[in-house]
Amino acid sequence: MPVDELALQQVSDKLRWFTLDRRDFLRLCGGGLLVCLAGDAAAQESGRGGWGGHPLPQQISAWLAIDERSQVTVFTGKVESGQNIRTSLAQSVAEELRVPFHSITMVMGDTDLVPWDAGTFGSRTTPTMGPQLRSMAAAARQLLVEAAAQRWKAAPATLIATNGKVTNPGSGLSLTYGEITHGEKLTQTVSGDPALTPAPDWKIAGTPVPKANGRDFVTGRHQYPSDIARPGMLYGKILRPSGFRAALVSVDATAAEKMPGVQIIRDGDFIGLVAPDEWTAGQALAAIHAKWTVPPQTSNQDLFDFLQKNAEPGDAAAQANVDQAIASADVKLTQQYTVQYIAHAPLEPRAAVAEWYGGRLTVWTGTQRPFGVRQELSSAFRISESQVRVLMPDMGSGYGGKHSGECAVEAARLAKAAGKPVRLVWTREEEFTWAYFRPAGVMEIRSGASRDGTLVAWAQHNINSGPSGIDTPYNVATKLGQFHEVSEPPLRQGSYRALAATANHFARETHMDELAHALNMDPLEFRLKNLTDPRLRAVFQSAAQQFGWGKTPSTPQRGFGIAGGTEKGGYVAACAEVEIGPDKKVRVRRVVQAWESGAIVNPDGLRNQTMGAIVQGLGGALFEQIRFASGQILNPDFGDYRVPRFRDTPQIEVILLDRKDLPSAGAGETGIVAVAPAIGNAIFAATGTRLRAMPMAVAAPIVS
Amino acid sequence: MADFTLLVNGAPYRVQAAPEEPLLTVLRNRLQLTGTKFGCGEGECGACTVLLSGKAARSCITTVSSAAGSEIITIEGIERHGQLSPVQQAFLEEGAFQCAYCTTGMIVAATSLLQDHPHPTDEQILTAMDGNICRCGTYPRILAAIHRASAIMAQKKGADHARG
Repeated sequence: MPVDELALQQVSDKLRWFTLDRRDFLRLCGGGLLVCLAGDAAAQESGRGGWGGHPLPQQISAWLAIDERSQVTVFTGKVESGQNIRTSLAQSVAEELRVPFHSITMVMGDTDLVPWDAGTFGSRTTPTMGPQLRSMAAAARQLLVEAAAQRWKAAPATLIATNGKVTNPGSGLSLTYGEITHGEKLTQTVSGDPALTPAPDWKIAGTPVPKANGRDFVTGRHQYPSDIARPGMLYGKILRPSGFRAALVSVDATAAEKMPGVQIIRDGDFIGLVAPDEWTAGQALAAIHAKWTVPPQTSNQDLFDFLQKNAEPGDAAAQANVDQAIASADVKLTQQYTVQYIAHAPLEPRAAVAEWYGGRLTVWTGTQRPFGVRQELSSAFRISESQVRVLMPDMGSGYGGKHSGECAVEAARLAKAAGKPVRLVWTREEEFTWAYFRPAGVMEIRSGASRDGTLVAWAQHNINSGPSGIDTPYNVATKLGQFHEVSEPPLRQGSYRALAATANHFARETHMDELAHALNMDPLEFRLKNLTDPRLRAVFQSAAQQFGWGKTPSTPQRGFGIAGGTEKGGYVAACAEVEIGPDKKVRVRRVVQAWESGAIVNPDGLRNQTMGAIVQGLGGALFEQIRFASGQILNPDFGDYRVPRFRDTPQIEVILLDRKDLPSAGAGETGIVAVAPAIGNAIFAATGTRLRAMPMAVAAPIVS
Repeated sequence: MADFTLLVNGAPYRVQAAPEEPLLTVLRNRLQLTGTKFGCGEGECGACTVLLSGKAARSCITTVSSAAGSEIITIEGIERHGQLSPVQQAFLEEGAFQCAYCTTGMIVAATSLLQDHPHPTDEQILTAMDGNICRCGTYPRILAAIHRASAIMAQKKGADHARG
């Protein structure tokens, strides 16, 4: 990334005027090269040429520009929230364009500047946006080579593009990309698939390039969404109901209204305020007295009963078919597993700064879906999407928890009423209460195996938490995976890193362990006996080898467990070692995780993601749980909702398998799925106690 | 509202604020020092850590009136004359962040730790840093960065000593 801030500023000044007509960009740059990627690739990602009924504007999925100073600007709707794609995508472009990494600027998630994009989720950036940007870069390189060939009257095939230059080895002449594009207005729309550089030949992609703008983060200079300030900006607060599904009975805001500079903004049950400073805003909010009625609601105690009673029934005939196969099996097992609601708790809570100017709305906000938020704003204020601009500065994480735009809408409501820009940052309690949760779920598995350890039949049901990762990767003659939706779950629920794959892997890999013990087989041997997928076998074997699986038997003081799986193109296996103290408390001492997701784009970023997924996975495995009753969250703070901290972190060893012969898959999510079952299986190996409910610390005391 | 003089990163600032207003919002909103982050407002996460008279303190639960008169160092004051501090340099070299929202608080807390314990043990690091949350889970890298910072500081001290 250019360290040259002036250059960045110039680019962004020019871009401010660069909206629909992309030729403007070239006019303003005084020339250059602009390459757009046409619809085909974009349509592939979104299915039928649209997403959620949203047509793809101009059918363009990404574009890049090269100016006369050879600076490259890449425009994508993907956003950076710590998963390191600002760096890894720039590496891919640098690779195909044959330019130094530092000559690339990524413009991300600004709805006025970048092509429409569904959002950053589902581990889609690396497998879809990566190749799209690479195709564009390869096409741009080809154009540059052809332009140079024309000048030199040489055959393009005899020229070499390298390090931001085209060189003619015959004449010894060379031209920088900037010199080639100087004064030119080259625009090209690319479709189809230009030849991409194979991973074994990568020189920039595939290397551990450090985080692009890392220095801005260690100095505090980077501006997150909650850091954005605008001239004359006010600070907002929203009055929250006393519980979910509450109705407002009465409200008295007279004391708050009298505070200096405070303006109360009311619209039905929406009550908010603005104040000249954050402190006064908080004081004013506390001075509003409101009465609400909250209807009786499900709590933790009756959560799983509720889910089971309200689940859609599913396909009885398919289950009967599996039951028949199980009936003839030597060993039969039916077990139920549960996961509680958990929160994403991103360290930067939801935040938005909204500004109205001449009927046009601009919002800076932390979201994984800038275009989704733009749509929410457009429908909330009944203005066209072209009147709304959403900007997403690299944010303080999301983990699937920032798909929605409620904070942006609230800030915009306040700003509209106040006639001034407004910053709204949710409190930690609001983030824990009014965001959404990873869904709780009940999983039931019925299985049968023959005495020699061959799986015969398998049925896995998931109530409420989701279908992702429900299909077993093991070889089973008769199998079934069924998701049972609950139409009105007790809490607002949504996406989360790896989604239900964590719950479904917890159930499956725990159940596999149970079967292995019932069959008197080693848990790894049992898995491998029923597994032919070479990629999954490879991660199991790598993790086991590094861990020293099978070399030391578990004892009552020390247990070893293994688990693994595949989802979203990533393959993972984890081995865990737990220690049981004299007080019967459990500590996770060591986790060895092997990971494979095709060709590695950035091994350092990938290692970081994998390690982070293990640490985050520990929380849900051991102690994270939303407690709720009567429509209220009972632990909406970091004191009562325990997240993994330094002391909870075991020794972690990450093994990365680099498959340069396979396309790169996304790696932000699936690394989380094997942790919980590996720990649970290790606890069983030591204690003989089988834990089937996440978080497991509820059933077994765990030291803090 | 009252007038306070705050000594921040070596310079005096006159601010008008309610005496009970947290130092955090004064720094962020009134002095535009946004490197100090809001994470919880309850002293539970460490994102808002600053140095108060040389010691790590949670600026979200420190009132502006109690901070007046003390020397306050924020992340913006850790970097000197465009030169990263050893802790900043170590975090960068270890890649000890993902979203990096916790990073400035981590760096300030680690700076305080290394002043007290120039060669900290793992146990001393865990004790000093357990109140700082990284939701991305980069703890092992932060631990490595703190050890690296300790080594950089020792090296610098050795070099300074050699220069006499």
